[in-house]
Amino acid sequence: MAKIEMTVNGRSVSGDVEDRTLLVHFLRENLNLTGTHVGCDTSQCGACVVHVDGKAVKSCTMLAAQASGSTVMTIEGLSAGGELHPVQAAFKEHHGLQCGFCTPGMIMAATDMINRYGGKLDEATVRAELDGNICRCTGYHNIVKAILAAAAEMSGSAKVAAE
Amino acid sequence: MGIEGIGARVARKEDKRFITGKGRYTDDMVVAGMKHAAFVRSPHAHAAIKGINTDAAAKMPGVIAVLTGDELAADGIGSLICGWMIHSKDGSPMNMGDWRPLAQTKVRYVGDAVAIVVAETKNQARDAAEAVEVDYEQLPAVTEAVAALKDGAPQIHDNAPGNLIYDWEIGDGAAADEAISNAAHVTRVEILNNRLVPNAMEPRATLGQYDEAEDHYTCWTTSQNPHVARLVMSAFYSVAPENKLRVIAPDVGGGFGSKIYIYPEEIVCLWASKKTGVPVKWVADRTESFLTDAHGRDHVTTVEMAFDADNRMTGLKVDTIANLGAYMSLFSSAVPTYLYATLLSGQYTIPAIHCNVRTVYTNTAPVDAYRGAGRPEATYLLERTVETAARELGVSPAELRRKNFIREFPYQTPVIMNYDAGDYEASLNAAMKTADYAGFPARKAEAEKRGKKRGIGMSCYIEACGIAPSQAVGSLGAGVGLWESAEVRVNAVGTVEVLTGSHSHGQGHETTFAQLVADRFGVPLDSVSIVHGDTDKVQMGMGTYGSRSGAVGMSAIVKALDKVEKKAKMIAAHLLEADETDIVIENGQVKVAGTDKALGWHEVALNAYTAHNLPAGMEPGLKEGAFYDPSNFTFPAGCYICEVEVDPDTGKTEIVQFVAADDFGNIINPMIVEGQVHGGIGQGIGQALLEGTSYDPETGQLLTASYMDYTMPRADDVPSYKVSHTVTPCPSNPLGIKGCGEAGAIGSPPAVINAITDAIGNNNLTMPATPQKVWKAMHG
Amino acid sequence: MYETNYHRAGSVDEAAKLMDSAESGKFVAGGQTLIPTMKQRLAAPDSLIDLRHIADLKGISVNGKDVRIGAGTTHYEVASSADLAAVCPGITSLAGHIGDPHVRHMGTIGGSIANNDPAADYPSAMLALGATIHTSKRDIAAADFFTGMFETALEDDEIVTAVSFTAPDACAYSKFPNPASRYAMAGVFVAKGGDGVRVAVTGAGMDGVFRWEAAEQALGSNFSAGALDGLSVDAGDMLSDIHGTAEYRANLVKVMAKRAVAAA
Repeated sequence: MAKIEMTVNGRSVSGDVEDRTLLVHFLRENLNLTGTHVGCDTSQCGACVVHVDGKAVKSCTMLAAQASGSTVMTIEGLSAGGELHPVQAAFKEHHGLQCGFCTPGMIMAATDMINRYGGKLDEATVRAELDGNICRCTGYHNIVKAILAAAAEMSGSAKVAAE
Repeated sequence: MGIEGIGARVARKEDKRFITGKGRYTDDMVVAGMKHAAFVRSPHAHAAIKGINTDAAAKMPGVIAVLTGDELAADGIGSLICGWMIHSKDGSPMNMGDWRPLAQTKVRYVGDAVAIVVAETKNQARDAAEAVEVDYEQLPAVTEAVAALKDGAPQIHDNAPGNLIYDWEIGDGAAADEAISNAAHVTRVEILNNRLVPNAMEPRATLGQYDEAEDHYTCWTTSQNPHVARLVMSAFYSVAPENKLRVIAPDVGGGFGSKIYIYPEEIVCLWASKKTGVPVKWVADRTESFLTDAHGRDHVTTVEMAFDADNRMTGLKVDTIANLGAYMSLFSSAVPTYLYATLLSGQYTIPAIHCNVRTVYTNTAPVDAYRGAGRPEATYLLERTVETAARELGVSPAELRRKNFIREFPYQTPVIMNYDAGDYEASLNAAMKTADYAGFPARKAEAEKRGKKRGIGMSCYIEACGIAPSQAVGSLGAGVGLWESAEVRVNAVGTVEVLTGSHSHGQGHETTFAQLVADRFGVPLDSVSIVHGDTDKVQMGMGTYGSRSGAVGMSAIVKALDKVEKKAKMIAAHLLEADETDIVIENGQVKVAGTDKALGWHEVALNAYTAHNLPAGMEPGLKEGAFYDPSNFTFPAGCYICEVEVDPDTGKTEIVQFVAADDFGNIINPMIVEGQVHGGIGQGIGQALLEGTSYDPETGQLLTASYMDYTMPRADDVPSYKVSHTVTPCPSNPLGIKGCGEAGAIGSPPAVINAITDAIGNNNLTMPATPQKVWKAMHG
Repeated sequence: MYETNYHRAGSVDEAAKLMDSAESGKFVAGGQTLIPTMKQRLAAPDSLIDLRHIADLKGISVNGKDVRIGAGTTHYEVASSADLAAVCPGITSLAGHIGDPHVRHMGTIGGSIANNDPAADYPSAMLALGATIHTSKRDIAAADFFTGMFETALEDDEIVTAVSFTAPDACAYSKFPNPASRYAMAGVFVAKGGDGVRVAVTGAGMDGVFRWEAAEQALGSNFSAGALDGLSVDAGDMLSDIHGTAEYRANLVKVMAKRAVAAA
């Protein structure tokens, strides 16, 4: 068994889990943070994307034990305080989601992308940067639109959120 | 329309929970004492089961039970069924093979379920599933439909000689033959429609809970139609009587058809919950989804299209072999027949049409409806054939289509359908204008300078959705009626709950349906709630598939709203001492027209429930229900134009422009409708360019069983789409709307392939047009 | 995933000791290949020894044309290093196109070359750049390091600590990704330096990464895409699968090589 201690969405958490427990399962099952999803077995769909120490990673491709000691932000932590994050608001305004299953991973990937590119994002870059996130509902049109809109709105504020 | 009513581009009410991670999907459900299941699945495509030894598995850590098909059968659990009877042209009924929820004597495809393990954790259940010893005697396998029909092919079900399920026909064969023999020109095309895996991003999952004290079952499941699931599990699988079975489909992460059906896992988990005394949850991993979700398409077809000397279509003859996989899934028989061959007139006047369809068992996953279900197959063959004919005849593809368009409505096709309304020229013109069709030669020349091959292709599709009426589908073999139900409850404070038998798994019903109420009563959208997906809350419903929830589901709501409105007006007329016919409802006010006498909507509602002063004889309350059974399908149609550039060095295709002009009749929420079109086009481009399902023809192993090998469309595979609408209202439903959920997937594949074949100057290309295939088509 | 035992190493020495005491241990750095493999139950190490927290393995140093990249450096860190881009843009561009952004945040150069996946990108760069692979035990020339598909010269308890190379005068990497997995179906790294031209190919060869010597010779006398016109790789040495036949891969190798030369 592995002893896990980490900061998740600003809160110190701990737990004892089998060493083989993936970070995504620790989040979902031990912490009841079920916004992070599992959509594939091969680390490609990106439904599980969270931020670990400020960077987007696939929580299905990391053991909880590997992440122990880290600072993790999940979709549930993005709008802390009740105010929607600009990326969340843009996904709603531009209809960037349908069934919602890929959405948490998409939004976490988008916030990371905007952190890295700021206002320099264009459509081709957004599409290339979404390489690790699969959506089956939207045909990506409105996801791309939402990310560009959020990036434009956020440009000027260099860092998305204190992580 | 108001800012929240019909026609308004309203942001979705349901989004907040999804964008904040608070959606509630089946895998998010946790109940006290819940344990986890893993299924033991066949590693072989075809094998006899000689024995199953569960002893070692049962002793593994955390294992609660290992259960097999013999135990399931001993408890009287029934076999899975196909709910639509098709008769062969000789009058014989289709040959439905036995599909046990857990195989007992034989497995027929890789992934066929053999046993279930219930354990404390998912990992422990999987560990133990590997320890179940199944003694298989391998049999030869066949994966392709054409091969399965050949003499000497492995025999998959004893009651289906030669693996033939049915040999069915529609239309007038003699007339079609005559048209072909008298033709000035005949275009002949062979068409492969590639097998697809639906790939909703949420894998299938189920949680079964048995309550011994009440002898009652609850099934949480990833379903597009929980009521149908309850009906079928009760009536055919004998899991529990309907009043003892509650089915809940909470938030569902996409369906596209694959979550219509009742699969073995739901049945087995419910049964296992009773057997073990613990709630049992199963969640598919992605490879399990690839192996066991119902697949789509997989047709092999030959087409002959006859033209007279004036290039008018005179006849069409189609011969199709459709692969239905190892077992007949719930609606599988209807897809290559009534959802396919009945659309073969397309947008064209074709006096003589004949289609023959043979469906075949193979050692592959069951095949059933996937977004479009039969209509993409019909559209693809027609639009590839028309495009090919234009090239052979040396005429403009647009003008050949225009010349043959149906122009008068209603139009009775030779293949059952009666088109009620449409204007095909309007959508063709709209698409050509948006695409700057006339400017294409200049763009092609410019691309040539950059070393790219540029091509343009179009597709003029028609589809039929909202399958109906119930009496007609019943006469064609359907096991269910295809109406929808709705109940509108106005609360005493004027807020409104709408209970619907439709199920939203991404379609935005919680918003669109609420817009109907906001429009009718002038109440804020926030005061309207849509309730769906729970058989304990909604009395009955047929669910969401076949683009039916707008045309059928919303029409049921409209009928219930009519009744509520009538009663509200009677109450208001009584209170305001006016004539009922003078009462109007506007902006949340119930008024006497032309006066300043008015009541707030909430006041009328409150009066309905205080019942202190109602018209004589009126029952208290303000709640009405309705069932709506359409009189006809709706017929969305449109024109799609795709422009591509092909890299001749690698064969890679880039879609540089995609234009869609659709006629969905009236539109409630344009934002949501456009989103449906975007998604459909994304999947259609996936079929055309990327998605190929490949079984090893010898071993029957699925070679594309993960995203490592099955190419899902990603953001950089597709362009932004140019979507617009033309409008001919549907005359058969009160809102004048047509279905919009599948059009994108139906209309787009032929446009893409027509564009690529135009670019490379070789018409011989099958889907998916992968870089390798296109390169080969260019370089021989 | 089968049960395993996780150990976090604080130093290279500790990691090697942990490995020695494991029955069937595996080092894990970013884990972007190993964890998915374990999830699919295709690998079952009894111990996982995590190298990600070893400070000595991190960092990029550029002195003139001499480059050293710590094995624990992530693809993202390589891709976004301005110092490295200034002297060797081919490798930063390569790193920026491995996997996807999330994979690049975790995956490391050491993990990539130690695994030597036949479709991985880095091995071609190491070979073309004539890099030296530094390990916990020795220095190994890239040419001797990659010994076949998923095979390297590494011993079981040997850890890649860094790679070093001299930046070439010009270099570029061009790849054609597998449409589904997005791994290289053919990836070609071309480097032109004082000692001539090296062309290394990943994703296509039956035996993993390889040097295309005929192309190197042709480019040695005429460093232009056109110099490759008359050449071809032998389809008989190429991989073949549902995504690309050997013949198609052979074509891609040539096309990608020409594009890399043009970009260099």
